[in-house]
Amino acid sequence: MPSDRTRKAPLGLKIAAGLGLAFLHLPILLIFIYAFTTEEKSYQWPPPGLTLKWFAVTWERPDVWQALTLSLQVAAVSTAIAVVLGSLCAAAVAKSHFFGREVISLLVILPIALPGIITGIALRSAFHLADIPYSMWTIILGHATFCVVVVYNNAVARFRRTSGSLIEASMDLGANGFQTLRHVILPNIGTALLAGGMLAFALSFDEVIVTTFTAGQQQTLPIWMLEELVRPRQRPVTNVVAMVVVLVTFLPILGAYYLTRDGDKVAGHGK
Amino acid sequence: MQSAVLFKNVSRHYGEVRAVDAVDLEVRAGEFFAMLGPSGSGKTTSLRLIAGFEQPTAGHIEIFGETAEGVPPYRRNVNTVFQDYALFPHMSVRDNVAYGLMIAGTGKKERFAKAEEALELVRLPGYGDRAPSALSGGQRQRVALARALVNQPKVLLLDEPLGALDLKLREQMQEELKSLQQSLGITFIFVTHDQGEALSMADRVAVFDHGRIQQVGTPEDIYQRPDTAFVADFVGSSNILPADVVQELAGKGAQASLRPEAVRIGPGEAHEATVTGLSYTGAVTRVSLAFREMHLTALVAAGTPLPERGDSVRIGWDASALHLMERGA
Repeated sequence: MPSDRTRKAPLGLKIAAGLGLAFLHLPILLIFIYAFTTEEKSYQWPPPGLTLKWFAVTWERPDVWQALTLSLQVAAVSTAIAVVLGSLCAAAVAKSHFFGREVISLLVILPIALPGIITGIALRSAFHLADIPYSMWTIILGHATFCVVVVYNNAVARFRRTSGSLIEASMDLGANGFQTLRHVILPNIGTALLAGGMLAFALSFDEVIVTTFTAGQQQTLPIWMLEELVRPRQRPVTNVVAMVVVLVTFLPILGAYYLTRDGDKVAGHGK
Repeated sequence: MQSAVLFKNVSRHYGEVRAVDAVDLEVRAGEFFAMLGPSGSGKTTSLRLIAGFEQPTAGHIEIFGETAEGVPPYRRNVNTVFQDYALFPHMSVRDNVAYGLMIAGTGKKERFAKAEEALELVRLPGYGDRAPSALSGGQRQRVALARALVNQPKVLLLDEPLGALDLKLREQMQEELKSLQQSLGITFIFVTHDQGEALSMADRVAVFDHGRIQQVGTPEDIYQRPDTAFVADFVGSSNILPADVVQELAGKGAQASLRPEAVRIGPGEAHEATVTGLSYTGAVTRVSLAFREMHLTALVAAGTPLPERGDSVRIGWDASALHLMERGA
């Protein structure tokens, strides 16, 4: 109803909404401001002066680069694993009927419902039992458990909205399985996979709990930040890194949002 | 005449469910063939067996003399028009129609020219650039038809092709499909649960029930001379007279079918009946009658004076209208 949309909200509601938004976002703004402060030992308000030197300092710190590289590697590899496994699993659950289908579906989703600490402890004791040394690969395995869920959820929703007869139509018109995958299936679930992949990447990039349990000496970026906070030197470096993390995680999530929003048109049933 | 599709003792069972059960069937080349039956009767499964989406659990299928079982759908010279049309939503109408040619490796220029020809054939010239979602149901149906025909299949399969269209469009498409089939000379096999559609379009009709074929014949055979009570009732809701009544009336002990339009109501007729109900349907009025503890239906054309509910009337029919079904028990 257009009249509802154009009617002005009461002043009280506006103030309440403004306060709510401020509560959510002002702290993030503070993080950004502290990245420019001249005071390096404690977070002092208001900042005694503003400077850009922390960006240069951060650039020069090898530990930041190491952590950032590791985080990007872990996120990229676990996302790749998640995209392959998640879409295959979604295809099986959405497109065929087999005994225990609902159970499989639940088991795939479970890792994201479980507290990260449980996943972390479980994986740590499993690695210990199997005598697997902690490395980048153990972190990747840990992250893949929840990344798969995100991709699976996106893909399964898209598969369910895509008419099953499209695949049969493609086969009927002479396309074999590979051609059908390339010309019909991927274009229809592509944006869902991309969106799921971006979310998975963002999740993996700022994950702390599972990482603490599955990492050895390696430091991913979030772990590095956690350690940095207790150190009293060059504190604004952490804030500079925080800005980078916000950008690296926010952009994929925004992208995923836009992709799935338009997804209705891409994957529409044709009716 | 060569047979386009041949089923020899074909079965498709899903565990205990016998979707298609020991079916023998021959579809002749160039024929417009209908598979008619209620849902779950095995007609759609039979169509999918021909397309290759299903494989028979037993029996033998030939398509133009070549063994079909074990051959995947993409290696059969058979194309399907799907019930939901199954147009690819991410492609334009032109790319949809040209899909089969693209897969076959036809050059872009040639396949687009052929796609346009096919669109002209289904009376949608110049629609190539549109998205399937921008088309009406009837137009999508035509695109699906063009997409199948552009590959010049030996057999065209149509799964409830008119089911989703409204009445007016359906009648128009019936005629178009019929004339398209005649001008192209391709064997059309279509599945429907609508007996009117089967009778008006098909050269021959197979009536399915419970995974088996009840009768195969011309529309006239099926309607005038049903083999079984099921066929008589499913194709045009006939009156089925039990064997003992027929014994008394015609001197033969078999079930008989009596078409409602063959039942006359008038003072000079031979039998006594009571009117139990009237239902007006436009061109005709359906009169329900109680006759010898049986329920009979008669059709009375508009304009004829109607009896009232509860009236005692005289009814009768020509002896030839009573079709004995000696085969079906």
